[in-house]
Amino acid sequence: MFPDSLNFSIRGPVNEFIQALVTNYGWVFKAISGVMLKAVLFIEWILRGLPWWLVILAFMALAWQSSKRWSLTIAVGALFLAVGVLGLWDLTMQTLALMLMATIVSVVIGVPIGILVAKSRVVRNVTLPVLDVMQTMPSFVYLIPALMLFGLGKVPAILATIIYAVPPLIRLTDLGIRQVDGEVVEAATAFGGSPAQILFGVELPLATPTIMAGLNQTIMMALSMVVVASMIGARGLGEQVLNGIQTLDVGKGLEAGIGIVILAIVLDRITQGFGKPRTEDARNG
Amino acid sequence: MADIEIRNVYKIFGHDAKKALAMAKDGLDKAEILARTGSSVGLNDVSLKIGAGRIFVIMGLSGSGKSTLVRHINRLIEPTRGEVLFDGSNILDLDPKALRAFRMRRVSMVFQSFALMPHRTVLQNVVYGQRVRGTSKCDARVIGMKWIETVGLSGYDAKFPHQLSGGMKQRVGLARALAADTDVILMDEAFSALDPLIRGDMQDQLLQLQQNLSKTIVFITHDLDEALRIGSEIAILKDGQVVQVGSPGDILDNPANDYVARFVQRRHGRPEYHG
Repeated sequence: MFPDSLNFSIRGPVNEFIQALVTNYGWVFKAISGVMLKAVLFIEWILRGLPWWLVILAFMALAWQSSKRWSLTIAVGALFLAVGVLGLWDLTMQTLALMLMATIVSVVIGVPIGILVAKSRVVRNVTLPVLDVMQTMPSFVYLIPALMLFGLGKVPAILATIIYAVPPLIRLTDLGIRQVDGEVVEAATAFGGSPAQILFGVELPLATPTIMAGLNQTIMMALSMVVVASMIGARGLGEQVLNGIQTLDVGKGLEAGIGIVILAIVLDRITQGFGKPRTEDARNG
Repeated sequence: MADIEIRNVYKIFGHDAKKALAMAKDGLDKAEILARTGSSVGLNDVSLKIGAGRIFVIMGLSGSGKSTLVRHINRLIEPTRGEVLFDGSNILDLDPKALRAFRMRRVSMVFQSFALMPHRTVLQNVVYGQRVRGTSKCDARVIGMKWIETVGLSGYDAKFPHQLSGGMKQRVGLARALAADTDVILMDEAFSALDPLIRGDMQDQLLQLQQNLSKTIVFITHDLDEALRIGSEIAILKDGQVVQVGSPGDILDNPANDYVARFVQRRHGRPEYHG
């Protein structure tokens, strides 16, 4: 047995810290929560407000833009149609809004951090272990404090999704930038390019395929969080799955599950298409 | 016009630069310093005067420090000790902004493996230097098309680098350096990756351009034939030290030591394949 005298628990201090955070800085979290809620409701309002066929057409256009392939474009249309036929349209749009919000915030946070990680050894040494923790820590551990700070509903669900889903984007942004041919960067420097000109004109464009692979991973991981997110009150397909399981309604659960899979396939193929290097188009066309 | 003077430049790669530098000044050789300090001596007390309007060749085998040396002229590499004078002023004193202006307007570079930007077209690559310094798209296009034509790539301006052969890529690299309109062009083993026939063509073209434009060209090579063919003056580098500086005739007739003599002999033993 490990001697009791050496026991030291961080339970008390952590609980007190969270309590203090809630009582003293509750308003800060409330403000953040309010802004995020407005944003996600706005996205949801657009997606649910638009006629269904317009949403399908928009996604087909995106699919065409990303892949230039008719097969994918038609498949995307058919898959969305299937979602509608299964009676999941509204739920899917809710889930999609949640996903989009989580993805947008992930990009806003993840890409700049990825750039910093690629550029600075110090930031790198600090960030990489933190990412490991974010990816391995069971999500319920941070779901509960998120709940305490932000209340029930969409916002803590989005935040929990971001914590789980942003690491691959940071990692792959870092990788993408470090993979850029050193001699090309050297050439840009030799012709007098400023750090900003080199970052936006050379490094980011050349890292785009890798960053898009990261975005793809982020979206896939975010989708895998929807059921967990529904446990703290996020509406959508996840809630339906949860509902189905709780009432032993296997069919209902399966339907919603299929909806999530369809969403995953569509988003995966579209982002993969955007991830192909630009010059590849020139080669094929 | 631009005279370049490199004065007592040392470059040490590694953590313990101070100790290694002191050893290098005491005259210890490269291998011994590496064994004792773990630091590698890139350049060891290099001094050179490069006159304006000529082709100055720096020759040496791999690891002799020639690529390191040429990167000191536009400060892609900072020396550990020493001065690099450009028209009499020390470029090591330039702040980041002045350094960028210096690189934009005074000195451009051609790279061994081309270093073209794969996501930009030939034209966009060629005008990079102009665009960086703020030339409008329209004006840059005119300049770019002119140099693309000069290097013999008319009609390829909208292609991407991966659609070109090695020789064509290096023509783009050359056009990019020329379009930057600088007095000095640094060429780091610019033709080494090309096959012999194309290399010969490129050498001819470079000599032709030099006659018409009278730029100062600092040309790095490991090939004595190439050095003799295009250089008005040749510096031979070994283990980060200058072994001999002189005209092609000097090098052939009066090799400074065995090392140079061996190069020259090897050359005599080989049938001439061009010029």
